[in-house]
Amino acid sequence: MKLFDNIDLEKLKKGLTKTRTKLFNSVTEVFTGKIKIDDETLEKLEEILISADIGYELVEKIVENVRVKLKSEKDRSNISIINTIKDELTQIFVTEKSNEEKIDKKPYVILIVGVNGVGKTTTIGKLAYNFKRSGAKVIVGAADTFRAAASEQLNIWAERASADLIHKQSGADPSSVAFDTIKKAIDEKYDVAMIDTAGRLHSKTNLMSELDKIKRAINKVLPGAPHDTYLILDATVGQNALIQAKEFIKVTDITGLVITKLDGTAKGGSVFQICNAQKIPIKYIGVGERIDDLQKFDSTSFVEAIFGNEKIK
Amino acid sequence: MFEDLSLKLETALKKVRGQGRLTEKNISDSLREIRRILLDADVNYKVAKEFIERVTEKALGKEVIASISPGQLITKIIFDELVVLLGSDRSELKINASGITTLMAVGLQGSGKTTFCGKLAKRLKENKRKILLVAADVYRPAAIEQLKQLAEKIGISVFSIEQPDARKTVKEALKFAAQQNFDTLIFDTAGRLHVDGEMMKEIADIKEIVSPNEILFVVDAMTGQDAVNSAKTFNETVDFDGIVLTKLDGDARGGAALSIRSVVGKPIKFVSNGEKLDSLEVFHPDRLASRILGKGDVISLVEKAQQGFDEKEAELLEEKLKKNKFDFDDFLKQIKVIKKMGSLSSLIGMIPGMNSQIQNEQIDDRALVKVEAIINSMTLKERENPKILNGNRRKRIARGSGTSIQDVNRMIKQFSQMQKMIGKISGKGGLSKSSLKNLNFN
Repeated sequence: MKLFDNIDLEKLKKGLTKTRTKLFNSVTEVFTGKIKIDDETLEKLEEILISADIGYELVEKIVENVRVKLKSEKDRSNISIINTIKDELTQIFVTEKSNEEKIDKKPYVILIVGVNGVGKTTTIGKLAYNFKRSGAKVIVGAADTFRAAASEQLNIWAERASADLIHKQSGADPSSVAFDTIKKAIDEKYDVAMIDTAGRLHSKTNLMSELDKIKRAINKVLPGAPHDTYLILDATVGQNALIQAKEFIKVTDITGLVITKLDGTAKGGSVFQICNAQKIPIKYIGVGERIDDLQKFDSTSFVEAIFGNEKIK
Repeated sequence: MFEDLSLKLETALKKVRGQGRLTEKNISDSLREIRRILLDADVNYKVAKEFIERVTEKALGKEVIASISPGQLITKIIFDELVVLLGSDRSELKINASGITTLMAVGLQGSGKTTFCGKLAKRLKENKRKILLVAADVYRPAAIEQLKQLAEKIGISVFSIEQPDARKTVKEALKFAAQQNFDTLIFDTAGRLHVDGEMMKEIADIKEIVSPNEILFVVDAMTGQDAVNSAKTFNETVDFDGIVLTKLDGDARGGAALSIRSVVGKPIKFVSNGEKLDSLEVFHPDRLASRILGKGDVISLVEKAQQGFDEKEAELLEEKLKKNKFDFDDFLKQIKVIKKMGSLSSLIGMIPGMNSQIQNEQIDDRALVKVEAIINSMTLKERENPKILNGNRRKRIARGSGTSIQDVNRMIKQFSQMQKMIGKISGKGGLSKSSLKNLNFN
């Protein structure tokens, strides 16, 4: 099944324009005309990377690597410096064997998790739209029975995407919503079923174990499911994203990340550290509030878009 | 307080020992350490740099007096400086004694504006204000519905109109409030990106129409380096009056608050921590300062303990302790309380000084699970009267709980030691709920 063929690189670049311009300008500002790599230059590089939320520890490592590499290489023009950093950053991402979405189960079950306010429901709406576009029969389950009007919100997104919805009254057991959704998906031969969960801070133990319960409910009705569990991360969040990833992984075998709100000035750089430590692929990025503002993540174009190769002369 | 930070700085400050005063040279290592701590807490790069400069200025030339170590001295300087920066200008909400008071929440998507509006409404309602919540987020699906559901829980009216027009909504709301004698209006506006020109124009227009007594910028405590950019643009556009820090019930260090304070110079007015509608607090700069420095947060630990503690259960337990009748069933209940509070490692992390010491040792939460399983495999009679636990019973319990007989023996031995301890304490009337309550953590 060919999904996400609507993605074009231009849109991704546009979504990341602010990010790119800022970083690129800073980088060229630092390096143009400067051949000598002095401490001041490296400090400026450090500032650029830290300001992108990449995190002190990793930045220190990158800067050190750059220092060592450039000492040994003859070509110290700005292009080689940018390429060096770009290489360092690209290497961090997990390379996936295939870029194609493999929907090899029916129904293919995706569980969506994350802390409060990161954009889980919006992301489900966008995903449902993309799956629908590729011709799949899609159902979504509103397992956020806690937050006021969460299921109403999902309902509106489901309508926009022409996907079907299972929901229950507020305060209902989220696991039972998940169970019913998957059951219906099996009985009525849906291709894709997605479960929206309530936002939960990773530090709240009881909410995290609720997640485990939802997972078990899904697994009970369909062994092997969920086939994917996506952790939604907000690009504006700083170093706490690392702890979020760590804690969610403990309870739910995260198979992919989705980075939202990349249409602002936040750079979402904390994903570098997450991918470095956890080796989890980033699946999609969210670049706006419209239903088609979800892009398939591609490490090369992500880093390319950040540094904007086309501008280097 | 701050043993953890002091310890780190102590190592960095070895050079200073034996020297009379702090100099640029002998404190440079510790300043680097502080910088790392601030950056890890999401304090903005430039803000951290300025902060270090300020601290250096204050520290230089300070005499190292015999009674305290250089590490303690620098820690104190840093902490005091942080507290000053975070909240030297605490101020209350500007509420008109007569006539209509208008309050407005603004911020990025997902920062927690709607929930905050609900909490604020609940708080003001308790002060006998007649409140109208205005649903001015006409974009996000079901945002109005969310506000309505929150309002219903606390018995407050919501104003909204059919058309998706925020400017019109606020205009009509003002008219409606005047007719219906509402005295306090809380405007919940749509989340918007600071780079969205159209939406920023809308918020400026709404401000113009309403001219609110207070505009509050609602920001997620987990925000990273970009906090300065959004706060700055929002401040330039609407010149907000105060900051609300949300989701502090998580484990984010909240360095963004320092960044925003430094960039816009507006006071932090509320801390919103939790999804329950009464979890809105006034801001305590000292608590946040210790959080940013990555210090044990004893206050949060106590709060967590209180959450897990059931008043009636506690009284029952106190009674039992006094009579020295603490049995396995009570023990099981205690374990459940502890588990409700979170993982052992996260709890230990809150105890000042503990974090660094146990960092390399694995804290095994499964140990508790084992104990639970063992107790669960006992009969009610055995739980009440551990003395009857003979070899056969122990063997059965080990099988039932999937543990070894050694595990069971060890657990029972530890328990009887604990019982003896409790006997001693309760004999003196030492451990009681009231004494727990009176613990002073300042």
